Order: sequence, then C-alpha cells, then structure tokens
Amino acid sequence: MDFFAVVVIQVVYAIATLALISIGLAIIYGMMRVINFAHGEFLMLGGYATVIPTHAGINLWFSMLVIAPVTIGLFGVVVERLIVRRLYGRVIETMLATWGLSLLIIGLVSWIIGYYQEGAAPPLGSILIGSYHVSTYTFFVILATSVIVVGVYVFFKFTPHGLIAQGTMQNDRMAAALGVNVHKVYAVTFGLGAALSGLAGAILAPMFGVMPIIGITYITKAFIVVVSGGSLVIGGTASASVLFGTISQIVTFATTPIVGEVALLVAAVLLLRLLPQGITGRFFRRGL
Amino acid sequence: MKLNWAVIGPAAAAGCGLALAGILPSVVETFVLVDLTAYIVMSILALSLALVWGYGGILCFGQSAFFGLGGYAYVIGLINLGDSTIPVALGIVVPMIFAALLGYFLFYGRVGDIYLGVITLSVSLILYNLINSGAQFKIGSAAIGGNNGIPGVPPINFPGVPSSQLSYEGSFQLSLAALVIIYVALHFLLASNFGRVVVAIRSNELRTELLGYDARLYKLVTFVVGAAIAGLAGVLFANWGSFIGPTVFSIFFSAQIIIWVMVGGLGTLLGAVAGASIIQAVTTWLGSNKIADPNIILGIIFIVFVLLVPKGIQPRLADWLRSLSAWRGSSGKLT
Repeated sequence: MDFFAVVVIQVVYAIATLALISIGLAIIYGMMRVINFAHGEFLMLGGYATVIPTHAGINLWFSMLVIAPVTIGLFGVVVERLIVRRLYGRVIETMLATWGLSLLIIGLVSWIIGYYQEGAAPPLGSILIGSYHVSTYTFFVILATSVIVVGVYVFFKFTPHGLIAQGTMQNDRMAAALGVNVHKVYAVTFGLGAALSGLAGAILAPMFGVMPIIGITYITKAFIVVVSGGSLVIGGTASASVLFGTISQIVTFATTPIVGEVALLVAAVLLLRLLPQGITGRFFRRGL
Repeated sequence: MKLNWAVIGPAAAAGCGLALAGILPSVVETFVLVDLTAYIVMSILALSLALVWGYGGILCFGQSAFFGLGGYAYVIGLINLGDSTIPVALGIVVPMIFAALLGYFLFYGRVGDIYLGVITLSVSLILYNLINSGAQFKIGSAAIGGNNGIPGVPPINFPGVPSSQLSYEGSFQLSLAALVIIYVALHFLLASNFGRVVVAIRSNELRTELLGYDARLYKLVTFVVGAAIAGLAGVLFANWGSFIGPTVFSIFFSAQIIIWVMVGGLGTLLGAVAGASIIQAVTTWLGSNKIADPNIILGIIFIVFVLLVPKGIQPRLADWLRSLSAWRGSSGKLT
C-alpha cells in the first residue's frame, strides 16, 4: 500500500514536471505557431537566475519565484524584439533563428560562467510514507505546476489581456482590424512564455542542478509534449503531459529512465500517425 | 545548351575529383590529407541533407541520427566480423531501415513541417541519451562504451581481404571517390523524372498530388535515400577517426548540418559542399586556437544567415554574377 502510494506520487510528479517544462513553450507555440528552439536555454537561464542570487545571499524562494521569471521574461521580450519579430510569419526561419540563439546562449554561458556551477539543495526536507522517504519538494513541484496551469487558464479566460491574446491566437488579422496592437500582444505573450519557462527552470534547478547544457535534457520532452498536445495551450499540455508522464514513469519503474524516454518518443510517433494535428487537433477542440 | 550544362557540371566535378585524388597524396603532407578527408566526409553528410531538405523540402533536423546509426552499425559490425565488406553495407542499410520506419509514421500520418523537424531532432537526441547511458551494453563482441564511444576502429580493408587495410591516402581517395560519385548520382537523380516530382512536391504538394503522384511515397523514398548517404558518411567518419562516439547524435552536430546546408544555399548541391567545408574550417580553426567557444560563432552565423542571407551563399553569388553580366551587357550596348 505504501509502495502504491509512492508510485502514484512519482507518476503525478512526472506528469507535473512534463507540464511545467512545456507550458512556456506551449504558450509561444499556441500564439505564434512557432517552436522556440531556445526554450531549453530559457529554462537553463531560469536555473542560473535562481542559483546565482541564492549564493549571493538572497532568499532561495525569492530568487526562484520572483527574480528568475522576471529576468527571463524581460529577456524573452528582448528576443522577440530583436529576432522573432523580424521573421514574423516565416515559421521555419523563426525556428532556425531561435536554434541559433540557443547555441549562442549555451556558448556564452559556458564561456562566462564555465561548466561548473554549484547548485542549490532542494529545501523542505522529506516526509515519511510508510517506510519510504519522499522529498517534500516533490509536492511543492506538483503544487506549483497546478498553480501555474490554473493561473494560465484564468489569465486567458478572464483577464482583458488574456482574452485579447486568445482572440489574436484565433484570428490575428481580425484582431488587428478591431484595433488590437498585434505586435504588442505577441511581445507580451512571448515574454509571458519566456517568464514561465524561466520559472520552470528555477523550480527544477534544485532537483536537476544547473549547467550550460541542462536545457537539452529538458527540450526533448517539452518538444514532444507540445507537438503531441497540438495547438491548444492548456488542453494540449495537460492531456499530453498526463499521457506521456504516465507512460514514461511506468516504463521507468520497470526499466531505466532512459528507456522511459525512448518509450515516450515511440508513443509520440505512434500517436502522431493517428492524430497528425496532435491530441487537441482532434479532441477538446473548443477548449483552451 | 541546357543538356550541355547538365553534363558539364558532373563531368567537371568528376574530373576535379580524379585529379585531386591522383595528385594531392603525393604533393601535401599526410595531416593535411587527414584534415581534407574530414571535410570530404562532412560534405557527403551535407549532400544528404541538401537532397532531403534543400530539394525534397523535408524539414529533417535530425540528419545526424542516420549518420550516427551508420557509423555505429559499421563499427559494431566490423568489430564482430573483422572484415569491413559487410559492415560497410550495414552502415548504409541500417539507417535506411530506420528511416523507412520513422518516415512511414511521419509521412503517412501527413505530419506538418514543424512537427517533422521537432520529431526528427528528438529522435536524434534520444539516440544520444540511449547510447550515452549504454556503457554496460555489448553487441556481440563490441562494447558500446556509453559516453566514451568505441575507440580503435580498424581501417576499411579491400573487400574480402582483411589484411589489406587502407592507408590515410587510401581513405582520402576512397572518401573523395564517394563524394564525387554521390554528387554526380544526385545530379542525375534530380534531373530524372523522380527528381522532378520530388522538387514539384516541395513547390506545391497539393498540385503534384492532384496530378496523380503520391507525395507520401516520394517523400519517403527521398528520406530513405538521404539516410543511406548520411549512413555512408557515418561509415567514412568512423573510418577517418578510427572512433565513433555519442556526440554524433548531439544537438550541436545536428545544428551544424543544418547550418552547412543553409549557409551554402537551399536547393543547391555545390553550395552544401562549400558550406560544410567553410564552416568546418572555421570551427576547426577556432577550436585549435581557443579564441571563443565554437557554439558562440556557430550561433551567430546561424542567426545572421537566417536574418540577412536566408537564401545562402551560392544563390547569392549566382544573383550577383547575373546582375554583373547584365550590367556589363547593358554597358556594352551603350558604348
């Protein structure tokens, strides 16, 4: 029974991690139909923006929940201004340019900071379930992800900017004709996506550590979740995270984490054969 | 006139290749030959993506997956068999089978461009993780070696005679011959009916389908041919360095292939070869002089080309030459 509880917690944690690393990418994809190849580096920078202030004496929670998302969000706005905006409407070029940006950021970070950076230990200790120790931070990750997903939902459903953004996603020309400043909406949404990526990287930094190439370990999963989820930000991320989190975590229990990752990819390729538009291309089309 | 050009290009390439293969080994030092061999191998890899992406319009971001699979299949086969004849074939066939399987799901599912790029890249990244963590695995007598890769790969030998192994000069000549043959073969492939349909699908998939061609099948075949060429490049790469390691699957390597083809120009063969050689020369030079992290330079080249020279070098040069000759033509009339 205890073992079962631990397995369930691990599966939920796997789902939450997938949703957490994907939501920022999904917002940018849902908005601009562009995969941000520098997504992994946004996560990586979020980790650094947590760990470095913490070592400088600032409270870990403040660095994680405030400094990281704000810094990376502003960085995202700058990226949108300098690179993404120039390629507006040219999807493939945008992906290639963000890929170049990703290499550039990795190169700069490893040049300036180097390959070694002391991490931050996960706070909060652990709790005992039967005879198993489970890190309390696991629960924090699950909670934080739930808050973020609900927050994004509320933002797009109930706030004026969110509604305008949603309208722009559905039909940008009509939105522009109705007087919406589409460029501003894009910039803000890109910044929001970047901020959430930074926050995700910050939350995961105590678990996975920080290094210049940490982003690469995240992006495969984030790409697969967003691609398989389809164009709906919340519905796609949530359904794909639940599906793939469950599959990969169960395979991981049976074998190793790497085989779990392979299972995730195989499942995604099979799924795309059946649903080439992703899950939300077929189901929950009217959702968000 | 048109027919002439279609023959002159490949003939010139074959002539240059023959001349280089004959003259260079007796003129330059061995280490220069070894460097050149690397450029040649990378050029072959660039040609494979030039076909798949440049002509086929298939956004394959993970061409390195086939390159690496070819290399690993060759090395594992060679260590087990001791004779390189069958392993070379394995290095070409294994990536083809893998590409056929993956391509079936992607093309027959009619997956969109973005998804295709992301999935192919993910495949190569997950292969990286798989091989990287596979330190304990053995296939036959070949230890995968995980992060360390497989060192000490014996050279290619004359088919059926394991004792007559290729020297550095021989490897150079073999790689150059492969490059010339593939270049010429691609030229003729693209001039054939098949090649024209492939290019037509890139220009307008719907219209080509309405004319009765099955775009899915043509894309799949293009993808598999590209995988075969990339696999052969992987074989030659493993032979060049007597080594194969998981970095061939890494995101940096995948990015490099894209950069080569983009810098050279999409929809050109010679451009891809030039792009691969130039970028390879730049990164090698930077790496040996430790001026800056190569990723910084690659990233900047990548961004600058996407923003400023999206068509690549060769089409730009062609435009420039055309406008130059047009200007000379018009000034000739004036005087």
